[in-house]
Amino acid sequence: MSGNHVIGEAAIRAGCRFYAGYPITPQNELTEYMAGAMAKLKDGTFIQAESELAAINMVLGASAAGCRAMTSSSSPGISLKQEGISFLSAMDLPAVIVNCMRGGPGLGNISPSQGDYFQATRGGGHGDYRNIVLGPATAQELADLTMLAFDYADKYRTPVMILQDGMMGQMMEPAVMPDPVDPKRLPPKPWKLDGADGRPSRIIKSLYLDPAEEEQINWNLAHKYEKITDEIQRAETYRTDDAQIIIVAYGTAARIAKGAVNRVREKGVKAGLFRPISLWPFPTRILKEVNKKVKDFLVFEMSTGQMVEDVRLSLEGKGNVRFYGRPGGVVSTPIEIAEVIEGKFGRV
Amino acid sequence: MMGYILALTAMRDGKNVTYLPSYGAEVRGGTANCTVCVSDEEIASPVASSPDFAVVLNQPSMIKYQGLIKSGGLMIINSSLVEGDPERDDIEIIKIPANDMALDLGNEKTINMIMLGAFVAKTGITTPESLMNGLKEVLKVKKAGILELNRKGMEKGAEYAGRF
Repeated sequence: MSGNHVIGEAAIRAGCRFYAGYPITPQNELTEYMAGAMAKLKDGTFIQAESELAAINMVLGASAAGCRAMTSSSSPGISLKQEGISFLSAMDLPAVIVNCMRGGPGLGNISPSQGDYFQATRGGGHGDYRNIVLGPATAQELADLTMLAFDYADKYRTPVMILQDGMMGQMMEPAVMPDPVDPKRLPPKPWKLDGADGRPSRIIKSLYLDPAEEEQINWNLAHKYEKITDEIQRAETYRTDDAQIIIVAYGTAARIAKGAVNRVREKGVKAGLFRPISLWPFPTRILKEVNKKVKDFLVFEMSTGQMVEDVRLSLEGKGNVRFYGRPGGVVSTPIEIAEVIEGKFGRV
Repeated sequence: MMGYILALTAMRDGKNVTYLPSYGAEVRGGTANCTVCVSDEEIASPVASSPDFAVVLNQPSMIKYQGLIKSGGLMIINSSLVEGDPERDDIEIIKIPANDMALDLGNEKTINMIMLGAFVAKTGITTPESLMNGLKEVLKVKKAGILELNRKGMEKGAEYAGRF
């Protein structure tokens, strides 16, 4: 199964029963998979929407009705969905959004890239909100984090984004699929809109004309994000115990960096890898722990430098941070990154 | 398809595998490619800096990828479509006239199976039996004729590779 198919199957197993999407490379296999999988279910709905905007708003509607709902796209299409994601956040609605990142800005190209980190981790649309963002790096994680994304979305009533890229989406790798969840056995949603017959009506909205009321809505969100930041910190540390230099990379870049770490280790260079899995909240606590023993960091991203800001913020000046980036859909080889670790390229 | 069958077969053999296709815009006769990693250990990067082996089906691919192969590595070339030699004296080169052999078998589509048979025979990454099982799983065809044709392709490729 390709990475995109893995996400699709995991979503079905997580109890996702509504999917709406609009075609764009390199995530089309996911839409294709959902079309087939939903058709086989008695209670599944698949809609190829007329646009990205329509798809995200259909997800909003399904979510308000209490259904586990997902949409997916790639960079330019995700930009179009931002209005809907902002509305989902304002309304405290759960949803899972998959971004299979490609080269940008603009239409860019269809190669793997990591240029949407800021957009994903800073909210993306208008207003004072954040999304939980998960960055998988293996097919197994695509499956596991998709399951987790639906749980987080429901638990915190917030959109969760799976930030992968063209390489993760297209690559095939073995994965063990998690056990399926019965949507009927999920925790009840006492806020959902399912008809007010015999009970007071419920309202889900995002328009609050009174500034004082809107301020309270913003603080409610802020408190929710504080709770999430406290509770979700996920990262992988690899060969960091005796490391003198730590490479920080996520997703596809982390796979390449891991290969580079193994290469330079053979030559006696004590390198390790810190791989953030929760991109928002950024795993600051775990990085700080690593920073107690190591001072030198090299951030590698398939962008001109976005996550590097979170690394610097987390280290609070207590580390030397070097950056190396390959934007625009260029995929580095482990040899190239090994040379960067050895000091041949990169800027401070 | 060649890479996919190899990756699936190696996975069924209990190895760690990754299969990374090129999914960009490629023209017929161009340099569409895939990278397969097979390992006893966890595979860090599915992107190969310097592959041990390369199977090259046409001239543009030979030109584009000859420089990547690891020193001491192996390049299997479809000599029906590739003229000349790669500019490398530090790798082993095997030439297989796959198009001609496929035509002899009666179906040009067996080129990839001929090359795959040769590749597995030469590298020993998996066994011909496992490969056949992999092929069956991927093709999902009931028609014995199609399987038999592909099996023959693999066998011819392996036989030819045995000469080197």
